[in-house]
Formats: sequence, structure tokens, C-alpha cells
Amino acid sequence: MPALEFHEVNKTYRTGGTDIVALDHANLTVDDDEIVALLGPSGSGKTTLLSIAGGLLTPTNGAVHVGGNDITSYSAKELTQFRARSVGFVFQTVNLVPFLTARENLLVVARITGLPSKTAARRADTLLKELGLDHRAQNLPTQLSGGERQRVAIGRALMNEPELVLFDEPTSALDTSLGEQVMELIRKEVKGRETASVIVTHDTRMTAHADRTIHIVDGRLDAGAAQPA
Amino acid sequence: MRLAMRELIRRPARFVSAAGPLTLLVLLMLFLGWLLDGLFLGSTGAIRAHGADGFVFSADARESLLRSSVDEGDLNAIAAVDGVESVSGIGVSLLGAEVPGEDDVANVVVAGYQLAGGVLPEPPAPGTAWADRQFNALGAGIGDVVLVGPAATPIEIVGWVDDTNYLLLNTLWVDPETWREIQNANRPDAIVAPGEFQVAAVTTVDGIDEAAVRSAIDATLGTETLTEQEAVLAIPGVPEQNATIGAVIYATAVVVALVVGLFFALITLERTGIYALLKAIGVHNRSLAVGLVTQALLVALVAFIAGGAFGLFLGSVMPAEVPLELSVGRAVFVLIAVAVAAVAGSLASLRRIVRIDPASAIGAGV
Ligand SMILES: Nc1ncnc2c1ncn2[C@@H]1O[C@H](COP(=O)(O)OP(=O)(O)OP(=O)(O)O)[C@@H](O)[C@H]1O
Ligand SMILES: [Mg+2]
Repeated sequence: MPALEFHEVNKTYRTGGTDIVALDHANLTVDDDEIVALLGPSGSGKTTLLSIAGGLLTPTNGAVHVGGNDITSYSAKELTQFRARSVGFVFQTVNLVPFLTARENLLVVARITGLPSKTAARRADTLLKELGLDHRAQNLPTQLSGGERQRVAIGRALMNEPELVLFDEPTSALDTSLGEQVMELIRKEVKGRETASVIVTHDTRMTAHADRTIHIVDGRLDAGAAQPA
Repeated sequence: MRLAMRELIRRPARFVSAAGPLTLLVLLMLFLGWLLDGLFLGSTGAIRAHGADGFVFSADARESLLRSSVDEGDLNAIAAVDGVESVSGIGVSLLGAEVPGEDDVANVVVAGYQLAGGVLPEPPAPGTAWADRQFNALGAGIGDVVLVGPAATPIEIVGWVDDTNYLLLNTLWVDPETWREIQNANRPDAIVAPGEFQVAAVTTVDGIDEAAVRSAIDATLGTETLTEQEAVLAIPGVPEQNATIGAVIYATAVVVALVVGLFFALITLERTGIYALLKAIGVHNRSLAVGLVTQALLVALVAFIAGGAFGLFLGSVMPAEVPLELSVGRAVFVLIAVAVAAVAGSLASLRRIVRIDPASAIGAGV
């Protein structure tokens, strides 16, 4: 079963008098352990697509299935639960809870879903180690470098072993070599967990780490985006 | 909720701006409460001291102890009413006195009574008194002689009783004859006849309908019989004291709610980003609300502890003349009032939190 399916999804932002079409009849299928790179210029609708897939925005119309479930029919409360259990989200601008340490920023996710604290602690420590953050676990976000914060955000997205992880320009704040490193890391983490993922980028060099690259321009996806590799 | 606690621990400084004013408000509420209790107890002890089920006032007294008058015949008639167990005549005189340990002439109450009851033992020997322990606090001791009234009638203190004062004046409890002698020697304008008292304290036999007995007394004698509660509230100034200070205490509680409300409204505004993020990663509104209320309660608790400690300290260094009653009950009342006000104040921010869009965490979406 595909991890993510968009079927004729439209998203129109209504601001003042004008309508901005951010997604235009988007059709997309991502298989359950596939890494898809979403490539497109600024303003093309990448963040909008991720937000809809992650249950943060509702489409104007069309169907969105995650793990076979139609999330467009979810209530606000069900969406909250969906975000906690089924998706991991790495935001375009790093967004950590400022008064929690790196490790606690991971654990907070586990608390939401009621993961037993021993299991949660083990998983957080494993992730931090894999992300090369074990020596920074007790630091607050302000004490971390940009790359380290980015990696904490990635760890948080993976913490609940979601079926789908969404990365919104995870390397934009990083220099090329660090960006490559982070992409490597994402690939390793995601593949090791058999999790599907969509990685937004506008840097073509990063697409080498994905199984498939899909382009988006003015809210329109490649014609073949609905056919998984 | 864990998150809320973490924030409190990691960023205590930001909560000081709420806890500071709340501490002072708690102090104010506690102090007013303790003062109110002290005033109330100091004003009403002479009524409550008897442990009576009713107080019989003459009809023309309009519930005033000093205007009331009952004579021996009345006492006998009351005792004969069905359900009455005991009747003790009571008379009080408000007089100036020279009290050992005090430089100025003090105002005191000399109260005559017939029977033991409540905190009062049997009346002492003529010319002696059980003195309220407040005299002791002011420096008087057993064996000291108080000279009361213009006639400087001597009364020797032979023992102590607690919480028996009237109108915030310290009371000397004497036998009926001594009281009449003192009254008549010092208040020629208000001579009492042999056997006369002002009111009668009545106890009823166990298990009987007390209200019915009080009605029966009034039906037989044409008197006005009050419960202890009613008699206490008939003391001049007591209901006014309760109402005035009570109103200030409740107004302070409202200010607590406003301070907490304002503080958390500001903090919620400041935390919009964090709330959006938490919602985006799947935290329910309910958990955020629980966290908010938890923080409000903890801030209130810290303020209560700080304000309480401060209040206890101030209370302990206050001179004995300030009628503070440092009661635990009042502290519990203030704690509950502050907690309720804090919850109410913090809940005012709830709507704002519910309306925060998780999508604002990613910068896209409205
Ligand atoms: N909340 C919003 N209200 C109105 N228009 C919006 C809103 N969010 C996005 N848009 C518009 O929708 C279009 C797609 O925006 P989106 O954020 O999805 O682009 P993007 O591909 O992520 O761009 P970038 O690479 O700059 O992050 C843009 O034209 C943008 O201006
Ligand atoms: Mg974007």
C-alpha cells in the first residue's frame, strides 16, 4: 500500500480579493519505503504540498490518503492525533521547543503518544547517537549550531517511527558538505526504518540521495508523479 | 503538563513577574482575613463563651445586650419552659480600668454570670475574676488587682479564660453579685436591681428541637430569643466588619484573577510560536490547557507560600493590641480563593490557545 497518495488535490489561498492557486490538480503516489525529492522554485507550492500531506493544512478539494486512510475526512482532533502518530515533520525553519534540551525535544513527541518512557529513552538515545548528537543531548537549542538543530529536528520527526516523514528543505541552512551529510543521514535513517519520505529541496545536488525526483512548478506536479518508481 | 513544569523550572525568571504581585496580594488577603477573624473573635467571645443554645433578650432591647433586662422571675419562667436544661443570667458593664502592666486607663468589660458552661468555669469568689488571657498578653498576672470604674472597685485576677472578649475589650468574668456592685457603684445612671441581669443564656436538653424551645420561650415571656449565631451578629459593628473586610478580601481575589489573567494572556501571546509547534507535532488543546492551568496553580502556590511565610512573620512581630488571628482555616480559605482565581484567570487565555493554527508553525497556511 502506498504511504502517500494525492488525487486531484487543489489548494487555493484566499487573501483579500485574490485567489492564489498553490496546488493545481496534484496527483502523487509515494511508496511505503520510497524517498521522493520534491524539487521546485520558490513559491511553487512545495511547503503547501507537505503541509497537506502532514495534516497541517486541508486541501480545497481532492483526496489525500496516508497509509490508506483518507485524512481529508479527519476532524481537527483526529488530525492532531494523526500528526502525533503517523507523520514526522521537519519544518523549513528549524522549530524546536526553546526551553527543552535536544534529548527532551525528542522525548516530547513520545510523551504525546504515550510511548513507555523506557522505550522512548532508548529510542531517543539511539537517534541522537546516529545523528551524531550524543554529546549534545543535554544542550538547549540556543547552545546548538544550525546543523545540530537541524539534526535534532530530524530526530524528532523520526521519534515516533511514523509511516511518512516530510522534510521541508532540511539542508537549506547548511553549507554543501554539511547538507550532503544531513541528506546521507536522512537516507540512512529513513531506509533503516522502512519509512516513506518526501524531501523538499530546490538544490539539484541533493536529489541524488532520493529514489525519485518530482518537479513542481506553479503548483503543478510532473505528469508521472502518480506512478511510483 | 511535564512541558509546563519544565518551562517553570527552566525559565523561572519569567514567572517572577506574576508571582511577585501575587505574593503581595496573598499577603494582603491573609492579613485582612486574619484581621477579620481577630476582630470577629475579639468582638464576640463574650457571647460564644457560654456554649449556649439561645440568648433571651427582653422585647424592648432590640437585640442589644446593654438595653436588655431580665429579672429573676423571667429566669424562673424560662427555666420552666419545656426542653430548657439550664438558664444562666448574664450582665455586662463597659468601664475604664487601671490594669497592671498598662500605663493608660484601659477599657474593660466586667461580666457577671451564673453558671459554668462553654469555656467558663463556675463563677469565681466575690471580688475576684477569671480574666481573659489577653490581660496576660498585656502583662497582667494571677493575683494582680484591676481597679475598675470611677469608684476604682478592685477585682483580683484568679485565673484565665480564653477567647471571651466583647467589642474588642478584655473581659473580667465575675459572679452576679460582684457585677451588680460594680455596675451600681460606677454607673449610677444604670442601676440594676437585685436579681436582675441583661440576658439569659439558655441550654436545651439533648436531642430536642432547639428552635421550638426558643419559640416556646418567646411565646411564654414575650421575649426575643436569638441563636448564638444571631446574638453574635447582633453585636454592634460585627456584621459591618464582616461585610466591609469581606468585600475587600473578595475584591483582592478578583485582582488576583486579573493579574493571573493578564500575565497568562501576555505569556500566551509570547508563546504563540511554541503552541503552534506543539500543535503541529500532535499536542492536543486539552494538554495545552492542562499545562496552562498547572502553571497558573503552581505560580499561585509559590505566591501563597511566599505570602504566607511573609504574613506569618509580620503577624508574629505585630503588637498584641492588633487583633490578628493567625488561623489555619483562613490560610486554607485564601489558598482556595487564590487557586480558584488563578484557574479562572488562566482560562481566559484558553480561547486564544485553541485558535492558534498549527499550520502557522511552518509558515504556510492561515
Ligand atoms: N498562508 C498563505 N496565504 C496566502 N498565500 C500563501 C500562503 N502560503 C503560501 N502562499 C502562496 O502559495 C504559493 C505556494 O507557497 P509555498 O509556501 O507552498 O511555496 P514553496 O514552494 O514552499 O516556496 P519556498 O521554496 O519559498 O518555500 C506561493 O505563491 C505563496 O505566496
Ligand atoms: Mg516552502
